[in-house]
Amino acid sequence: MRLYMLIRRNVKLFFKDKSLFISALIAPLILLFLFIAFLGNTYKDSLKSGLMGFPVSDRLIEGFAAGWLISSLIAVCAVSIAFTANLTMVQDKIMGRSNDLAVAPVSNSTLALGYYLATALVTGLICYIALFAGFIYIAIAGWELSVSDVFLTILDTFLLVLFGTAISSVVCRFLKSQGGITAVEVIVSAAYGFMCGAYMPISQLASVLQTVLKFLPGTYGTSLLHEHLMGGAIDAIGTEGASSQLLDGVRDGFDCNLYFFDKAVPQWAMYLVLSVTVIVLVAVYVGICILLERKRKSK
Amino acid sequence: MQNAIEIEHLKKYFGDVKAVDDISFTVGHGEFFAFLGVNGAGKSTTISILCGKEQMDSGSVMIDGLGHENLDEVKRRLGVVFQDCVLDQPLSVYDNLRYRAALYGISGKEFERTLNELTELFDLKPILKRPVAKLSGGQRRRVDIARALLHRPSILILDEPTTGLDPQTRKNVWEIIHTLRNERKMTVFLTTHYMEETAEADRVVIIDGGKILANATPLELKNKYTGDFITFYDTDELEIKKLGLDYEKFGKAYRIEVADTVKATELVLAHPEIFKDYEITKGKMDDVFLAVAGRRLEQ
Repeated sequence: MRLYMLIRRNVKLFFKDKSLFISALIAPLILLFLFIAFLGNTYKDSLKSGLMGFPVSDRLIEGFAAGWLISSLIAVCAVSIAFTANLTMVQDKIMGRSNDLAVAPVSNSTLALGYYLATALVTGLICYIALFAGFIYIAIAGWELSVSDVFLTILDTFLLVLFGTAISSVVCRFLKSQGGITAVEVIVSAAYGFMCGAYMPISQLASVLQTVLKFLPGTYGTSLLHEHLMGGAIDAIGTEGASSQLLDGVRDGFDCNLYFFDKAVPQWAMYLVLSVTVIVLVAVYVGICILLERKRKSK
Repeated sequence: MQNAIEIEHLKKYFGDVKAVDDISFTVGHGEFFAFLGVNGAGKSTTISILCGKEQMDSGSVMIDGLGHENLDEVKRRLGVVFQDCVLDQPLSVYDNLRYRAALYGISGKEFERTLNELTELFDLKPILKRPVAKLSGGQRRRVDIARALLHRPSILILDEPTTGLDPQTRKNVWEIIHTLRNERKMTVFLTTHYMEETAEADRVVIIDGGKILANATPLELKNKYTGDFITFYDTDELEIKKLGLDYEKFGKAYRIEVADTVKATELVLAHPEIFKDYEITKGKMDDVFLAVAGRRLEQ
């Protein structure tokens, strides 16, 4: 009951702050607009060059590019929106409301989970709204997704939301000012897209950087989304007669396939990496909350 | 019968700063206890330790016979009103009370019953659905106190509850506190730096630099640390000079300090021609603090 009411309180606090809610909702729309306006043609040209002159219908190319844009959008939003949603935790500290929570008979782990689950709910809601809009966009551009692609994309989004919420919870636990969280949000929005392979395929980066990024779990979440939102279009190119070698080249070039020290990472391993990372990060976050509170008390 | 609060040899240092330095005192059940001191004297640190927000370095704290090894039960015995409003500003008064009550395991019909009682006691009905951010300072204070009483604590801790409030709101807050004492027979633990607020306390402890300087009833403190004051109205300064005592001028009035009421009576009998329009009063808590701490409290 306590955890449930804490979650309700945190979620309500977020949605009552209209500026927070609107900025969180607008963020994916702005990203989508920027992707379409500035990067859409780049990805289409990249695909055409990857196909090395193999003739493909415009609808397939449009569907492929739309899949890349939406998968990148969701991968970035799952993390950046989580940072915005976690502002409730930081504001509780800034406004002194955490003092009131500290004198109530509620454990630190319950308080920590209250923030985590509320942030996950808010982030999930906004990401699923963005994904729904993304499905409409893909349908207009050129729908090649199977039913399993749709369900797996929903699963990928779910895991990425939990992952983004866990990362933001660990970072936000150390923040004590509005300026701090704004600075972190700016850094995350600008850098995370590159770090997870959302703004630019990892395969196009320097090999050292590629190796480093493959140690980051978020990369695998982005790759899963790429495969499930673009895989249908790539398979359709195959049915039009492209060789499997050509299709593998496209998959490698656009991060649908990832290689860890030259070894292909299967999808089940990507899910495992993401799931284990979420569990570890949540445990670390709850542990940090308990330790910091003990340290603060005995300071 | 055990005391409501028993503190023995309590110490809390922050590095070289002795925030609380070996203090001991008790607060009886139903007592109105005032903890008087300047900012940084150690009042808030003591309260933080009482509530379990901070850990003590050494000593012991017992609440209704319970030590901090039963912290959850201790927290249920205490209601805390912080110096600053700790309510969720965007949420309604009703939501604030509902979510805070849930932290103490109070929900459903039990919450509605408690809410009805507090609504009547604090006249909350007209503001129940309004966001806290849109309430006046006095209304917020009422809700703050109602929040602290949701779980029916036996001890109400008020940490400088009237700081920053206008005189009328301060008066209203005190009326509420007196009602609580009379109707619920609650133990009230008040920290303040307003001397006049301690005048009606059953017991006053003066703390400075983390140490207790005095511990007695207001009357005992006044008798011990200040004399009586005779104030003359509508008289000539030359007449006052005839008394051969130091005097202070207040507008058209003059004030002299005498050791006690016996000495004042002797003066009246010796100089009846001067004593036409006068009053004899006990020293004020401000004078007590000046005598005990060697300086005046900042208002």
